[in-house]
Amino acid sequence: MSTGLLYALSGVGLFMLGAVGVIVLAHLMRKVLAFNVMGSGAFLVLVGLAQRTGQPDPVPQAMVLTGIVVAVAATALALGLARALHARTGGVTLTQGEDGD
Amino acid sequence: MNRFTRGLAVAVGVALAATLVAALLELPAAAVYLPGAVAQHLAQSGVEHPVTAVLLNFRGWDTLLEVAVLLLALLTLLTLRGSEAPVAEVEAEPLLQGLARKALPLIILMAGYLFWAGAYRPGGAFQAGAVLAAGAVLLHLAGLLPAWAVPGRLLRLGLILGFLVFLAVAAGLLGQGALLQYPPALAGNLILLIEAGLTLSLGLVLAGLFLFVTGRQA
Repeated sequence: MSTGLLYALSGVGLFMLGAVGVIVLAHLMRKVLAFNVMGSGAFLVLVGLAQRTGQPDPVPQAMVLTGIVVAVAATALALGLARALHARTGGVTLTQGEDGD
Repeated sequence: MNRFTRGLAVAVGVALAATLVAALLELPAAAVYLPGAVAQHLAQSGVEHPVTAVLLNFRGWDTLLEVAVLLLALLTLLTLRGSEAPVAEVEAEPLLQGLARKALPLIILMAGYLFWAGAYRPGGAFQAGAVLAAGAVLLHLAGLLPAWAVPGRLLRLGLILGFLVFLAVAAGLLGQGALLQYPPALAGNLILLIEAGLTLSLGLVLAGLFLFVTGRQA
């Protein structure tokens, strides 16, 4: 097993941890953090898988670099939305079935 | 969420991971050898570092859209302002302020180096912009830089400058036949121009994602 493949497999583990976290955790900030863990897992799979033959591949590395920056922006946006929700309802979790404004 | 649904989510997650691991282990080698293709065309890309070449030349289109996505996220955050509770003002710590003042020149130097280094080693506009933004956030947290209110004309121009420069280059080169296909002789200079604009704008946008949000609402 090459190092690259090991990275990719660790990425799968991170992705799973994050995915379960997004479903199980109620607090919105925890959900956002779990989503970031998921994203990091996906990045690790992309970079690790591409270099499993031993040679680093610049194309997935550039894609991951793009992805990291977009993930930062998405995280900021998600946190902003969570703050707006908190300001309107006072809550930090997603509730079901109630008539919000 | 009760114990059963929790357990179900964990079980589904483990099954998903097991499937993915099995898929990764079975995966055949890639049909196209991309590092070879990049190395083959690197000489015409205008830069010496393969990742920068992919980001700003071979897949420049992705990067252009990425900057647009960043601006869109910032615009959405700006429209959300006003309803949140104000963030508590940070107490001014003399030690932190002194350190931040000392660190700032180094941060700017570091950003300049990263921007320049992108042409031939790991680095580039995104890393440099992130360092600049971190500097702005550090100053804000030390109490030296107030949070940003509604952006004025100059700040707006700074925020979109990188995107506009990138877009102008893309539009100017449409005559080449393909989007963002640089003539090899000019590629190096065009990439430097785009990266300079992006470094400034990304620094401001990333800092804005923090500084526009933490402000006291009037």
